[in-house]
Amino acid sequence: MSATAATSLELRGLGKRFRALGGAGDVVAVSDVDMDARPGEFVALIGPSGCGKSTVFNIVAGIEQPSAGEIRIGGRPVNDRLGVSAYMPQRDALLSWRRVIDNVTLPLELRGMSKRAARAKARPLLERFGLGEFGRAWPWQLSGGMRQRVALLRTIIADPALILLDEPFGALDSITRADLQEWLLQAWGGVGATVLLVTHDIDEAVLLSDRVYVMTPRPGRIAAVVDVGLPRPRTAELRESDAFVALARRVRHELHAAIITQGEFAEPGSLASEVVQ
Amino acid sequence: MNSLRLRTWLPPALVLAAAVAVWQLWVSVSHVDPQLVPGPWQVVWATWDDRSNIWPAIGVTTEEAVLGLLAATAVAFVSAVAIDSWLPVRRGLYPLIITSQTIPMIALAPLVLIWWGFGLVPKVVLVALFSFFPIAVGLVQGLASSDPDALNLLRTMRASRLALLARVRLPSALPQFFTGLKISVTYAYGAAIVAEFVGAEQGLGLYMYTAAHAAPVATNLVFGSIVVIALLTILLFALVAGAERLAMPWKERR
Repeated sequence: MSATAATSLELRGLGKRFRALGGAGDVVAVSDVDMDARPGEFVALIGPSGCGKSTVFNIVAGIEQPSAGEIRIGGRPVNDRLGVSAYMPQRDALLSWRRVIDNVTLPLELRGMSKRAARAKARPLLERFGLGEFGRAWPWQLSGGMRQRVALLRTIIADPALILLDEPFGALDSITRADLQEWLLQAWGGVGATVLLVTHDIDEAVLLSDRVYVMTPRPGRIAAVVDVGLPRPRTAELRESDAFVALARRVRHELHAAIITQGEFAEPGSLASEVVQ
Repeated sequence: MNSLRLRTWLPPALVLAAAVAVWQLWVSVSHVDPQLVPGPWQVVWATWDDRSNIWPAIGVTTEEAVLGLLAATAVAFVSAVAIDSWLPVRRGLYPLIITSQTIPMIALAPLVLIWWGFGLVPKVVLVALFSFFPIAVGLVQGLASSDPDALNLLRTMRASRLALLARVRLPSALPQFFTGLKISVTYAYGAAIVAEFVGAEQGLGLYMYTAAHAAPVATNLVFGSIVVIALLTILLFALVAGAERLAMPWKERR
């Protein structure tokens, strides 16, 4: 993949309030989030469900604007972030009326590339992603794991400098998930982009990333930062190594500590809705 | 596939055949006045004998029905996109569209006649009035059913509103649009014929009216017209179902 030069990502004091459903006061979704990813780094954000991981994610993607703080990409604050990063949503969001190859080429098409050129670019990548025979298939004909690979390919095809993955394997069964993680480790070699991964899977965070940010329950704050520092290239066997087990344990402890210290004060099941923008 | 088709078609065909047989039997045995209830054979032969009059009537009424459906689709499309795109339009217009269904459309037939006379236009207008609602509601609901994840995804690709409409909203709306259209298709001939009852120079409605007011009354031709209208509606429905398949090749088929 001819990767665009990877870029850096810095979040400084990021905060987000939502108007509460029912109108009584605001709900603080995330507060004071500081994160860093150097060019080409793979950074994971982990936290209990409802902690605001996806809010951080949507803010970086540019779908939402923060109530406080700053997002710096490539060293400069960027307010209009739509189109800056490539985004892979939790559910694959494949368009069921487009064939697999046309789902993959969607970002290229929206940039004005001709259908022909976009398909020519997609074909070798489909091959590399193990989807070579399925270019003309409709999304419903694929298994969950294959759909996720299509979504991933759609995410990287336009050579993004920054990639955002929102629990990319969260909806899959554990066997398929482990498969895809391993596959991702191998396939990732040539991509070279900076990656922000949001997940609630500790093993996934440690296996894939260079650094894990642990978030507290709502309002989400960064409770701890764990440097992974495991050598690359990595394989799934790494899971059995002592270093991996120790790192996973550390992340688990940090996560538990974060939930215990903050969990009691968090409003149980508080609902937030955002004013439609 | 073939046995599946057979299983789909055979049972209703058998029931229909049985009903026609009972009808024929009853007419033959009871010697009921054929001017009240003609037998199925009489209906078929009388209609066939009068085919030189029925053919042009079929053409006229079909034109009214099809043009009315096309007009309704065009207006429904524009309104649905407007309702989906602009909140003020949704708030102001959509409730009125729903409420408009409390007006009995048949009661508008005389009014349409007063405004547009005896020609093609009033029939097209009445068919369109009848068929607008299911199509419009189908489109509005279909547009609203677009996957928010997909919309957000395309927004992160800097897609314009038009691109969102063309690549996500409209394809999402197709299934419900066709559901609405298929409902409307079943109204179309009926609406055209009601409009013709009120005032027309040609068409199946006028043909029925004439048959019913002939001396002696041509009950068999009235029956025949009803059968013809039913067949035409089935044909139109099948055409729309075919168009639906062509428009959505991605749909899973069984």
